[in-house]
This record gives sequence, C-alpha cells and structure tokens, in this order.
Amino acid sequence: MNRIQQRIQDDKKILSIYFTAGYPQLNDTVSIIEELEKNGVDLIEIGLPFSDPLADGPTIQASSTQALHNGMTTQLLFEQLKDIRKTVSIPLIIMGYFNPVLQYGVDAFCKKCKEVGIDGLILPDLPLAEYEAHYKETFEKYDLYNIFLITPQTTEARIQQIDKASKGFIYMVSSAGTTGAKTTFENTQETYFNKIDALALKNPQIVGFGISNATTFNQATKKAKGAIIGSAFIKMLTEKGIVGISEFVKSIRSF
Amino acid sequence: MSYNADEMGYYGEFGGAYIPEMLYPNVEELRANYLAVMQEESFQEEFQQLLKEYVGRPTPLYFAKRLSEKYNTKIYLKREDLCHTGAHKVNNTIGQILMAKRLNKTRIIAETGAGQHGVATATVCALMGLECIVYMGEIDIERQAPNVARMKMLGATVVPAMSGSKTLKDATNEAIRDWISNPVDTHYIIGSVVGPHPYPDMVARFQSVISKEIKTQLTEKEGRSNPDYVIACVGGGSNAAGAFYEYLDIPEVSLIAVEAAGKGVHSGESAATSVLGKVGVIHGSKTLLMQTPDGQITEPYSISAGLDYPGVGPMHAHLFASGRAEFLSVTDDEAMLAGLDLCKLEGIIPAIESSHALAIFNDKKFKPDDIVVVNLSGRGDKDLNTYITYFNL
Repeated sequence: MNRIQQRIQDDKKILSIYFTAGYPQLNDTVSIIEELEKNGVDLIEIGLPFSDPLADGPTIQASSTQALHNGMTTQLLFEQLKDIRKTVSIPLIIMGYFNPVLQYGVDAFCKKCKEVGIDGLILPDLPLAEYEAHYKETFEKYDLYNIFLITPQTTEARIQQIDKASKGFIYMVSSAGTTGAKTTFENTQETYFNKIDALALKNPQIVGFGISNATTFNQATKKAKGAIIGSAFIKMLTEKGIVGISEFVKSIRSF
Repeated sequence: MSYNADEMGYYGEFGGAYIPEMLYPNVEELRANYLAVMQEESFQEEFQQLLKEYVGRPTPLYFAKRLSEKYNTKIYLKREDLCHTGAHKVNNTIGQILMAKRLNKTRIIAETGAGQHGVATATVCALMGLECIVYMGEIDIERQAPNVARMKMLGATVVPAMSGSKTLKDATNEAIRDWISNPVDTHYIIGSVVGPHPYPDMVARFQSVISKEIKTQLTEKEGRSNPDYVIACVGGGSNAAGAFYEYLDIPEVSLIAVEAAGKGVHSGESAATSVLGKVGVIHGSKTLLMQTPDGQITEPYSISAGLDYPGVGPMHAHLFASGRAEFLSVTDDEAMLAGLDLCKLEGIIPAIESSHALAIFNDKKFKPDDIVVVNLSGRGDKDLNTYITYFNL
C-alpha cells in the first residue's frame, strides 16, 4: 500500500512539513528528513527548487533561489535520496513545478521517484485536465499519488471533480494568496473549512498556506485531517538550522 | 494545418493553461467569456471607436521609397509607431480594459519590461477610471525612468519586482502572484501573446487589427491584399501575431519573425528563443523556452528591453516548429545600425525592437517586385538614451 494511504488511515491529525531541498545547505536533505521523522512529523514534502515559483511567497522563493545557488538539481536530489528508505518510513512527497519534471522526462522522473521511495507528487502548475489527458497513466504505473489543490474560490462542482481524481488527500489552500506564514486564521477561513468538511469528500483534506504555529495548526485541523507548514519551517531553518527542528515540531504539537 | 488556437488553447503541441489551481477560477472565467464578449456588437462598436478616435487608427501603411531603393525591393512600413502611447501595445490594452469592464473587474494589474505595455495599461486605466498596478523589475525601473514617470503621471502604482533577476520575467511572476491573491475583483492585462489560454489567442485577436488594415491598405495601393512577405520582430510576439494574423492561412504570404540575437546567438547573451529554447512551461503556457538542462529558466539578453523575454508565445513556437514562419535573428549591433539607417533614409526614429525587423535587409535578399511589409511596432523616443549611449550622440 502507498505510504500516504497508510498514514491517512491512522486516527491522528497529520502534521506535514515542507522544506526546500538544498537549503540551507546543499546536502541537508537527508538530515532534515531523518530529524523530522524522529520528532514525530507525519508526512514530508520535499521541495524541488525552481527558478520561477509562481505560487510561492517570499520565504519559499528565497529558499529556492538559495538552493539553486547552492547547486541543487533534480539529478542531485535523487542521488541524495537514493538510500533514504534504509533509514525512514515516513511518507515522502516531492513538491515542485512542472518544468523541471518535464525536462527530466515525466516517465523517467516518476520511475526515479518509485526507485528512491517517493510516494506522491504535488505539481501546482500541472492542472487536472493536462494530468488526466497525458500523465495519469505514468503516475499510476509507478504508484505515485498526484495531490491536487483546492482553494476558497474552487467551485463545488470542480471540488467534486478533483475529489474523484485524487488519491491520498486533497491539498486545501487556506486562503487566496501565495505560500506564507500567518499567525491566526480569520472567520472567513473557518467558514471555508466548515464548508469543505460538510461536503464529506472521499479524500481527507490537509490544509496548507498560512499555517505557522500551534494556533493555526489547531484551527486548520479542527475539521481537516491535517495541516502543512512550509514558510514558517523554512524561516526557522534559516535562523537555527537543523538543530532547531525538535523544538519547532514540539511548539506546533505536543504528543 | 491550423495556425490558430484550438479549444484547449493549443497551437500544435504548444499552449494550454499550466496554471496553479489558485488561478483556475480567474482564467476559467475569462476563457468561458472572452469570445462571446468580443463578438458582442456593443463591444465591437466601443473597441472600434476607441481604436479610431483614441489610438488614431488606422495607422498608415507607408511606402518607404528611399529604403526600398537602397534594398532594391518594395518595402511598406506599417506605422504602429504612430499609435497613441507610441507602439502597438495599446491595441491590446484597449481591448482588455473593455473586457475587464464587461467582467465587472475594478482593479487592473499588468507586468512590464521596458515600460511600453505598462504605459499602455496605465493609459487605458486612466481612460476608464480603474485602479492600475504595474509590476516592473527593479532593474528595469532604474533603466527606464521616463516610462516609470509616465505611468505615475497616468495614475498607476508601479511596484518593483525584487525577486529573481528583477526583470520582465520576474515582473510577470509578481503580477501572477498578485492575481492569485486577488482572485475576484482583479483583471490581469498580459501584454503579449504569452500566458495561459485564452491570453495568447485573445491578445492575438486584439492585435489582428494590424493585418486587417494591411489587407485593406495594400489593396488600395497595389490592387492586391497579400504581400509577398510580412516581417515583424518577436519577443513574446504580440506585434508579430497581429501582423501575421490574417495571413496565417495564406501560404503565398511568407512570414518572417525576427528575434534578438543580443551579442550573438551563441554568445550566452541572447534572446533568440527559437534557436536556444527547448519545449517547456513558462507563465502558464507550454512553449519554446530558454532554460538550463535542469529546467530552470534562464535570463535572456537583448539591448532592446521589449525582446528580452526567455520564451516566445505558443503561436510562434508552432509557426517555428511547423515551418510556417521563417525565424531569423539579429544582433544588437545590426539592429542599432538599421535603426539609424531608417532615421536617415525616411525620417523615422524606430523603437529598437522594430529596428530588429528592419535589420534583416542586409542579409536577406528580396526581388525588385516583391512587396515586403515590415511592422514598425513602435517609435524610438523611449530608446533615446540607448541610442545616445550607443552612438555617442
């Protein structure tokens, strides 16, 4: 069974952490993953850096630029990950933009993901229609879950369509905007979370964008299955590095 | 073979809408409505009236006698440089501002490189009384100060794009991020035939007035609506799309697209996408794109800010791949000399973008009775500083 599927069947709320591969240091990838698993994180999104990350706010943009500057490439990421399944069992997702995947070759990329033990992909600029028409078979051949996004502006009809096409979970973008940390959510977000919950979708939802601390994590997961922290984690890494991971995770959720 | 967009926005293998879900409602609203709106009689009336009375269309199709003598062929210049605001860009911004109003948008955003599209957008926003925010690379803001001032005088807010290379590509990224953050009240006026479907097709349709007029004007002058050649410069490709549009399906008319070779196609400082690009996805469209083997988008270079874009519109990628258009490239030096040449021979100071199209006459030979139309996309006022520095004037 795909590790994402297994994990979402657990009874607990999911804490997912995003980090940019190659940041702060080029070869931090494996240490960050191991440290996150050790500290009880449930799911990890490994960011494949891109020169033009349209959906990202300033924090993740800057980490991507630095990671590329450090020398991160698709090839190198796969090399870093080649023995990752010897040390961790946590579900791993690669999150990135479509162009680097296209250049690597979609089939070759998916094959490599399977080889190193990646469980799913999040490619925000590969939309549903293109995925279903051209790439679905390839993803399925390698048992990779393609995670789709929904936003507060997504119509109910389209949410149903996305739910049907999804496996694992739906990435629920908390509010209109790019990635970035917020300190609290407003009523409009709560209303949105409740509205989605009431749809009783086939796939659980994990909330992303704007989650930064225990308050926003708890608000987001009151109804949803889990939440994703990206920018706030990157900021912590910038300030404290890998040694700060344990304290950061504990500040979000005590076990 | 069709050279226009299909229903999904594809030109052959190029085009489509590779957008994050956050943009889907905005783009889908536009896609679902743009053709119907453009076909409304009231829309066409207002559009045509503004093109005539505000932009100053039709722009002349001018027979360039001395230039023709020099190159021993018949050269006509389509005078888009005489449009209000100084370039063809305003044809599109007029169309899109009317579109935005019909979709009840109250806030307009745009990207700009050299500032021409920014000025054209700020102009129509002033005309319609709509809020206007223009994203411009921090580096471009420094080197295009007069256009920044013009936008401010027209009431626009100019926001510096500080990310990445701080030029056009990054300004476009910032505009897209703004649109993601303002999904309901905002319309994004893209300035070229780039971006997700329906933009390339919509912008090409608004610019197609150029070739429609060429057909009528050439019939009056030569008794035939089809020239032998149409030549236009290509950055993203909006003026070329407009000049080619009515001729796409007429194979007797040869189409020539001229890209910026910068300091030489293989110098590492170039914007010749058809030579250096590979298929990729940029700003929501699958097209030819200058990039590293790892799929990171690279920074192009041209002395002309309007041609300084790492991609090319999907229509042009298809014209290139299918062989329908011939793609040539011209260096900074060749373009600058051709620009000066036009000043001396015809008394017209061209934009450096347009000078690229004029520069091909040195190498490419035409027959004495060939009718060659060059789209003179803009005037050179904005480039005076570059001309002054380059020629030590």
